[in-house]
Amino acid sequence: MSMRKVAVVGAGMTKFMRRALETGKELAWEAGKMALDSCNLTVNDIDSVVIGTAPDAFDMVHMKSEYLTDGCGAWRKPAMRGFVGGGTGVFSVCQGWYHIASGLFDTCLIIGEEKMSSCVPHPQGAFVTCWDQFTESPLGASLLWFFAWEMNRYMTVHGITEREIALVSVKNKRNALDHPCAQLASEITVDDVLNSEVMAWPVKRLDVSPTSDGAAALVLASENVARRITDKPVWIEGVGWCLDTMYVGQRDLYYPKYVEVAARMAYDMAGITEPSKEIHIAEPYDPFDYKELHHIEGLLLCDKGEAPKLLADGYFNRDGNLPASPSGGLLGVGNAIAASGVMKAAELFWQLRGEAGKRQVPGKPKKGVAQAWGDEMQVGTVVVLGI
Amino acid sequence: MSPLDKITLVNQVQPWYGEIPVYGQYTFGVAGERFFREIKDNARIMGTVCNSCNLTYVPARLFCERCYNKLESWVDVGTKGRVHTYTVACLNLDGSRISEPIILAMVQIDGTCGGLVHQLGEVTPDKVKIGIPVEAVFKAKAQRTGSILDIKYFRPC
Amino acid sequence: MSEKIKEWPGVALKDADIKEKKVLFTEWRPNLKYAWDTGVGYGRYFEGLRNGRIVGTRCNKCHRVLLPARAFCEWCFRTVDEWVYLKDTGTVNTFSIAYTGTQAERLKEPRIPALIEIDGSNGVGIMHLLGEVDPKNVKNGMRVKAVWKPKEQRQGAITDIKYWKPFEEGTR
Repeated sequence: MSMRKVAVVGAGMTKFMRRALETGKELAWEAGKMALDSCNLTVNDIDSVVIGTAPDAFDMVHMKSEYLTDGCGAWRKPAMRGFVGGGTGVFSVCQGWYHIASGLFDTCLIIGEEKMSSCVPHPQGAFVTCWDQFTESPLGASLLWFFAWEMNRYMTVHGITEREIALVSVKNKRNALDHPCAQLASEITVDDVLNSEVMAWPVKRLDVSPTSDGAAALVLASENVARRITDKPVWIEGVGWCLDTMYVGQRDLYYPKYVEVAARMAYDMAGITEPSKEIHIAEPYDPFDYKELHHIEGLLLCDKGEAPKLLADGYFNRDGNLPASPSGGLLGVGNAIAASGVMKAAELFWQLRGEAGKRQVPGKPKKGVAQAWGDEMQVGTVVVLGI
Repeated sequence: MSPLDKITLVNQVQPWYGEIPVYGQYTFGVAGERFFREIKDNARIMGTVCNSCNLTYVPARLFCERCYNKLESWVDVGTKGRVHTYTVACLNLDGSRISEPIILAMVQIDGTCGGLVHQLGEVTPDKVKIGIPVEAVFKAKAQRTGSILDIKYFRPC
Repeated sequence: MSEKIKEWPGVALKDADIKEKKVLFTEWRPNLKYAWDTGVGYGRYFEGLRNGRIVGTRCNKCHRVLLPARAFCEWCFRTVDEWVYLKDTGTVNTFSIAYTGTQAERLKEPRIPALIEIDGSNGVGIMHLLGEVDPKNVKNGMRVKAVWKPKEQRQGAITDIKYWKPFEEGTR
């Protein structure tokens, strides 16, 4: 394949909040404007726009990417929305990549936005129609059931305890203390997690990320343009995505195979053969604490079932061998679905450039992987960034 | 021999009924908060000016969609405008007949590039033309809540 | 870049800002009602449930049982070959003890949703609820059997099975 090199050259984001005064358009604009300002571009320099945003019902705006276009700098520009539910944020980066890699455009503004506070009483209710209308919704299914099943299955197959998993929440909420946009940064203990209210056993209140309002943005550029814009381009070295069967009863929930397939696609493109050695920093999707471990395994960063032990050894801490969610992740910064996926890629951008401030991981990382997950809980979206 | 060939139960195949049990609660946003407060408190319609694009947006916005810059210059654009286009609505949302047809117009506010979608009042459909001047009629202050419906309608002027 | 930004954008509101109407907001209550057609495969599946049977389909190319019954095999991308009738017994693959409902509201009595691998399907699971069991005693791998609604109350729906209860082999 002859594809052009694509770089990330700018990034921006808003605070993540339980409820923002800003409209979705305004959140998108704040993030997009910051990303453009960060690389001294104006909207006139942007050839194409990718808008990432989760189910319409979350903003309670139907066709919400069309609604968001002005905030995304998409006025009279080729703009598109690709959608894979929770996986959308990282998928938007994949889309931006092929816009430029294909030679069609030289620059692309990517914006992930979510305003979940508009959906009341709770965005959970919107999922009633995401479940199968016939075989699942009539049972009164809550999305949490599914996560609980997955966590239960993961624990059962590998003999993992709730205590081991809770450490992810502790780590990420602590990491988030250094993130200026974080919604739920705090110093908590494993016992706090274990003693928090049971929502759907084994999932407890502090195992779960919050619902959030927020936006995040990236500016991508082709190689020639990127080198004119910055002397520190961060290259998109690989992209991958994959959807598994949507029949929950037809895949084994203990392991996210679809993440592995997506990761292999991205690693192949990046020429990575031993991810656990070649990846220096990871931003796996962590809407739940067990999910980070699940995804670390799916990303082939360690063996199946091994992640909890490595976590306990400090391997995934910010100063560990392979920092995971140094941003604070969704558990700490917040879960503004598509915005969170873009935030994860933005974190790699800042980390690889050595610009992450108090969150900076030591050792000058050269390669990072960001990943998101969602849809009917069976999509994996992956990007590998490097300098 | 596939089951598709053997379906004889078509009359027994039934739909399953459902709905989405959520509703929307929307803040007006940074610009919207100020725009609707001005309507509520002062019966004023405000716009924001983009000096680089030479545009005045109504309703007021936080940023210019063309140059993407922040808009910080607020102006009172008055309450008068012209009918940019209109329709006479005869059906309700559910398809039933409206007893008294409603005239819905896009009112371009004078001196701006924007306008408000609103009803026309104190006029019959046969008197409405594209381009006629109209002005906003506000509800009494005590009845205003901070909503587009704080303007009762626009009427010819 | 990240450390150079002094003021990150975003104005966070509190619940009280809405409750006490300190900020303006508006509401919209959609009136959206749907009638989803069950289609060929699921239509037969639900008709089966009305008659107290669990119906799947088989693909003779990949030799899989598809459950609930479906009209086509998504692996082979071809029409399935035959209907199969499965037992109303199975094994708990995984479960939860759920204290939250569809609106994230708190439930007084927990529900026990489980993924139940239906006997004869080679491990294909369906979502359902467990009953007649203390949540403390639920285990993965537990054998369960469907408890059906009385025939006259069935309507051709997944809820025609009330729930699944533990059972021992050889009993009814």
